[in-house]
Amino acid sequence: MCVSAERLQSGSFEDLALPLFEQLYNFARWLTHDQAEAEDLVQETYAKALRGFKSFQQGTNFRAWMYRILRNTFLTSRTGLRATAVTVDFEDEQAPELADPDTPESIFLERSNQNLLQSAIEELPVPFREVLLLCEVEEMSYQEIAETLSIPIGTVMSRLARARGSLRKNLRTKAARI
Amino acid sequence: MDCQVWTEQFDTYLDGELPSSEMAAFDTHVRNCPSCAANVLGRVQLRRAVRSSGMRFQPSPEFRARIQKQIAGRPATVLPRFRWVWAATVAGIVMAAVLSGWFAVQHSRQQVLYSELRDMHVATLASANPVDVISTDRHTVKPWFQGRIPFSFNLPELANTEFTLAGGKVSYLKGTPGAQLVYEYGKHHISVFIYPERTLQLPLQSDGLQTDMAFHTMTWTEGNLRFFVVGDVSADQVRSLGTLLQAANRS
Repeated sequence: MCVSAERLQSGSFEDLALPLFEQLYNFARWLTHDQAEAEDLVQETYAKALRGFKSFQQGTNFRAWMYRILRNTFLTSRTGLRATAVTVDFEDEQAPELADPDTPESIFLERSNQNLLQSAIEELPVPFREVLLLCEVEEMSYQEIAETLSIPIGTVMSRLARARGSLRKNLRTKAARI
Repeated sequence: MDCQVWTEQFDTYLDGELPSSEMAAFDTHVRNCPSCAANVLGRVQLRRAVRSSGMRFQPSPEFRARIQKQIAGRPATVLPRFRWVWAATVAGIVMAAVLSGWFAVQHSRQQVLYSELRDMHVATLASANPVDVISTDRHTVKPWFQGRIPFSFNLPELANTEFTLAGGKVSYLKGTPGAQLVYEYGKHHISVFIYPERTLQLPLQSDGLQTDMAFHTMTWTEGNLRFFVVGDVSADQVRSLGTLLQAANRS
């Protein structure tokens, strides 16, 4: 969903921020795994964004700005701190993982078990889960994701490759169990 | 170039982030390599599933109301010296509203209609089976509607445009059957709704393009048919698909 330049110049906070409400809530639920926590997170995000709206640079990406506030708020919350305390191996972040030649996920998906796919996404560590959701669900460009997560585009690409690799691995394990 | 090199690019390609110079070479390779084609297909299936699983959480209406209240009516960032202009504008709007009550009622009915169409568009995309006839070929999609709706229409040739036809289904507006066509523009989807004008008696004040909640809706009438184009692409794209449809249906 894009917001036109004119609206950015003249729009009120409400005009800009309300259309993002459902997406932000969905993203918050994926981060927190809890309805009440997600609601608190979204509410705090809107409160912070409203206070900081004057400092928002007109003409820059508003959506990325909102997601960045939400994510930073989450990372400093209790759940966020606990979730990020799990160590993720970023060692080979600069070296994208080679893709698997076979595609067990398609065999798995034929059995079309959405619940298992959801739990496979849930099991991803936060840095992988967020980059995957921003790309595939929010359909953000690499540039937008880089702005949201405050990381370089090269890191977005390698992290996405790692996230997708982990998702496939999770799915493969689950498919083997059925 | 061997498959391994391309395999690393599959997801970048599907993300639409491959440089255009490599795009054509990639297309050619995948078209001629069954194993890469199967791999790409697997990834497309997984992405679709992730997208539909990923959009699973809906906020409650109560929570929406709470947020709306929290941020409602905050003024835009305006320079103080322009405030009196705003005051005058607000006064003008109030007067205009009082003077044109009827107009406002009609207008709000039109908004309700537009939001209904927007909801139909969004609900279609959220559905597991968005369309009942799946084809990029207009000569397959148009005949499919024969006997299903009480009118016929023409679909434009899309070669050399960035739009692709995804399919169609029968849809109902105020109890009247009509056609809903789904087009793709990049990763975006656009719905085209067509209904018989006379049976509908729609509360429309004017043809043209309208924007709300980042969706653009374009409407016009042609040969007793009422057309709506709804999508979250740019206004220009909605207009250009609209123009293609207008040209196709002008006899």
